[in-house]
Amino acid sequence: MADEMKIGAYICNGCGIGERLDSSQLEMTATRDGKAAVCQQHDFLCSEAGVKMIQDDIDNEGVNHVVLAACSRRAKTEAFNFDNVTLSRANLREGVIWVRPDEDDQRETTQEMADDYIRMACAESKYMKIPEASGQQSVNKNILIAGGGVAGMTAALEASKAGYPCTIVEKSGELGGATAKLYKKIPTSAPYADPEDNGVDAMVAAVEADSNITVCLNSTLTNTAGAPGRFAADISTESGSTETKDFGAIVQASGFTEYDANQLPEFAYGKNKDVVTQMELEALAKEADGGAIKRPSDGKEVQSVLFIQCAGQRSKKEGHLEHCSGYCCSASIKQAMYFKDQNADVDTTVLFSDLRTPGAGGENFYRSGQKKGVIFTKGIASEVVDGANPTVKFKDLILDEDVDLEVDMVVLATGMVPNAGQPSRAELTDQDNEDIAAEKAGEEKEIRIDVESILNLDYRQGKDVPHMDNGFADSHFICFPYETQRTGIYTAGPVRRPMDTQQAMDDAMGAAMKAIAAAENAGLGKAAHPRVADLSFPTFRAEGCTQCKRCTVECPFGAINETDDGYPEFNESRCRRCGTCMGACPVRVISFENYSIDTVGQQLKAVDIPDEFDEKPRILVLACENDAYPALDMAAQNKLEYSAFTRIIPVRCLGSVSLSWITDSMNSGYDGIILMGCPSGDDYQCHFVKGSLMAQERMSKVGDTLESLSLEKERVQTYEISITDIHKVPKIINEMVDTIEQIGMSPFKF
Amino acid sequence: MSDLNTGMVEKYRNNFLKEVEANVEEGDWVKMCMQCGVCSGSCPLGTDWDHPPQELFMMIRAGKREEVLQSTSMWMCTSCYNCIVRCPRELPITHIMHGLAHYATRLGIEPKGQPTRQFAQLFWDNLAKNGRVNELWLGVNLYFMNGLVEGVKVALGMAGIGLGMLKAGRLSLKELVGGHTVKDKKGFKAMIKKAQELEAARVDNAQ
Ligand code: SF4
Ligand code: SF4
Ligand code: SF4
Repeated sequence: MADEMKIGAYICNGCGIGERLDSSQLEMTATRDGKAAVCQQHDFLCSEAGVKMIQDDIDNEGVNHVVLAACSRRAKTEAFNFDNVTLSRANLREGVIWVRPDEDDQRETTQEMADDYIRMACAESKYMKIPEASGQQSVNKNILIAGGGVAGMTAALEASKAGYPCTIVEKSGELGGATAKLYKKIPTSAPYADPEDNGVDAMVAAVEADSNITVCLNSTLTNTAGAPGRFAADISTESGSTETKDFGAIVQASGFTEYDANQLPEFAYGKNKDVVTQMELEALAKEADGGAIKRPSDGKEVQSVLFIQCAGQRSKKEGHLEHCSGYCCSASIKQAMYFKDQNADVDTTVLFSDLRTPGAGGENFYRSGQKKGVIFTKGIASEVVDGANPTVKFKDLILDEDVDLEVDMVVLATGMVPNAGQPSRAELTDQDNEDIAAEKAGEEKEIRIDVESILNLDYRQGKDVPHMDNGFADSHFICFPYETQRTGIYTAGPVRRPMDTQQAMDDAMGAAMKAIAAAENAGLGKAAHPRVADLSFPTFRAEGCTQCKRCTVECPFGAINETDDGYPEFNESRCRRCGTCMGACPVRVISFENYSIDTVGQQLKAVDIPDEFDEKPRILVLACENDAYPALDMAAQNKLEYSAFTRIIPVRCLGSVSLSWITDSMNSGYDGIILMGCPSGDDYQCHFVKGSLMAQERMSKVGDTLESLSLEKERVQTYEISITDIHKVPKIINEMVDTIEQIGMSPFKF
Repeated sequence: MSDLNTGMVEKYRNNFLKEVEANVEEGDWVKMCMQCGVCSGSCPLGTDWDHPPQELFMMIRAGKREEVLQSTSMWMCTSCYNCIVRCPRELPITHIMHGLAHYATRLGIEPKGQPTRQFAQLFWDNLAKNGRVNELWLGVNLYFMNGLVEGVKVALGMAGIGLGMLKAGRLSLKELVGGHTVKDKKGFKAMIKKAQELEAARVDNAQ
């Protein structure tokens, strides 16, 4: 927008704002301090008439920076939705009148609060720009699907149905993945009583009949470059030919590998042929095809079989899996039925420590197994003794006794290891990194990472999507269902978390929908979840950049590559607009059009700081817009009071907080600063992965700065706030006021 | 499997479970127990049982035939129905307890000195005679079931209650000689006989 900036400030008198505050005073503040060219009041700003009043000014008066002094920025977003203007909001309702008592002696401080919020919104407005397209956008409706199992095929069929062409890249020579190897699958519909046909043939036929779906068998991805909307993938066949195709988004459904039972010598696996894994039993059942299942050693028809649940799983032992694979209890019930349905006299015992049958029909299926006479014994196996018939030694936990049980065959429920590819760079050890660097420098180096990459991403941060707990390629499941930490790449099925066939298919539908949204958003230049529809993107001033690479390292989504001459290279459509790079940059050269060092820095400077003897401290709160700010709003809705000395500025993520904001506010005379971010750690809730963690780390360095200013370190506090901490937030603020009372006002008030 | 076949039942094989299913009232429910322990936790007497219901069910599935059938546990059941009300799997636990006790009796391997078993027998014999419970004789038989000396002691201890019941008309000395019967005693006897025939046929069938 080349037009000159024209701020229009609109003050709402509804919702009690008009009764509690002096609106002509507010208007004066907006025009005098805020330099608003236009200022109007309305009794009901979010009404049709109120919105029209604003729109008229935009259309006829040239207002292009709108400041609303009304409710929280989280309220009435549909009404206050104007095109081609910047929008700033002074939160007079949730931020002022709802958190302050309606008493005469409070009027003055309440009014001061409101005036400050107007000054802040105007200051922010002044430094915001209207986001313009970056020119990077491109619409590409093609979806790349890595993996041709049921999850991959489901994703392809669903996306194709919605009109998006798909390409399935499958490593093996046929579609169907693990499910194709099953004799039958766990039932997926009522009454959930019997194993079901695995359904793969029909699905493969549907995929093959779909002209919108291209299948590349015996193929892998040897390089995946680009970003959502413009991924370029090298699809290489076994024979060595490579084709490069462009895609808008990616679904990774690379499945799982059965845990290697050779790591369980205690169960005589490998020694006794009649000790098999669940997958091996599937093969035997396929062979029997409804007839009696014969055991591998001598072909004898099995008369008794025992299933050892959690074999090498849910255990902290070296080499074991820590997780529960979730599907194996139901799988053992199903497999016991293979025997029982053929001959009810076969003895089938499922030895479990906790029987878990997730899913809608799980419990019914368990009952059905019981009805068919499968014996469920709660116990823990310690050993399988090799012999003509294997003997299982276990402790019966209900009867509290040790048992030796000889059976014809033992099945080990060994669980899933995700095919998640290589660990990301952040997950590597120092040695790994050194090796990689050495190899890049041309040295002959054997890289220890012996896992094949799935996507071979051409990202600075690693070849595959980052792994989470136990190596699964998931993201935070509450904040980002189906997502990974790589925008536009969605994992589905057991590569994301352990699951059975039906769950993998449901999962794939979700991932396909997400992929479609990502491709479309990339075309429009819009951000992905959670800043959906944000059109701004980070840019940097090359002149100032010292090439420290902090931004490239700290971006949680791998959005920033490095150019050959060492500068950051932003990939707009990989970016989620968290601002972490902005907070990380020590020379402050990164900014967004609508969020920058200045949009926040000028707000905090716009606050009127009374002098030391006024006994009116000022507390600055930088609150994460995802959880802490809503918690503050909800505290207000509950009419929980907090100090009138508080000034709150929402930030995109604590990771975006620049140290300069802290030093600036100390220098301008704030008495205390509170940072509110999301919980970190194993159960982190940060929408941008590690924002509060980074803020905590950065703030630990603030101590020195405070010391050099001779300020107490209690003046800056960082808190982890969940969205539900409604009662905690006012307390934290009021405690800060108490602290200031004790340690005294800041001497930096001029 | 025959009633009298007390032969080898293999561990953790289904044989004993199948025997229970065939012979014990509501026995085919045993396999449906999911071992949650709610019944054992709900049973007012559970802590006094050698093997509370949940454990009995697991023992049946583990093939512990003698230990189960010779156990005093199911004889401890007071038919309070707490367990049935609470069992998430809706097992008719109370009935299974009595079924197990009854089956053990049929096999003749029930625990001999178990007092509730003895009382149950006295009660049945007393009731089956006239179709009505003769409280006086039931009391007398019960008190003296462990011999004369013990009986006198118990009877004296209960004298107060007995006198109270006499006064309230809940007990009549006339009961000592003959006592009251159901109206159609002959019909009653025929009914019992028929029931016993049916039961015997059922047992035969199961064998
Ligand atoms: S805003 Fe966040 S996602 Fe975007 S480049 Fe910066 S750190 Fe990465
Ligand atoms: S409550 Fe029912 S399911 Fe639970 S242990 Fe008892 S019988 Fe079994
Ligand atoms: S009915 Fe019998 S087994 Fe059930 S809780 Fe009562 S006493 Fe215990």
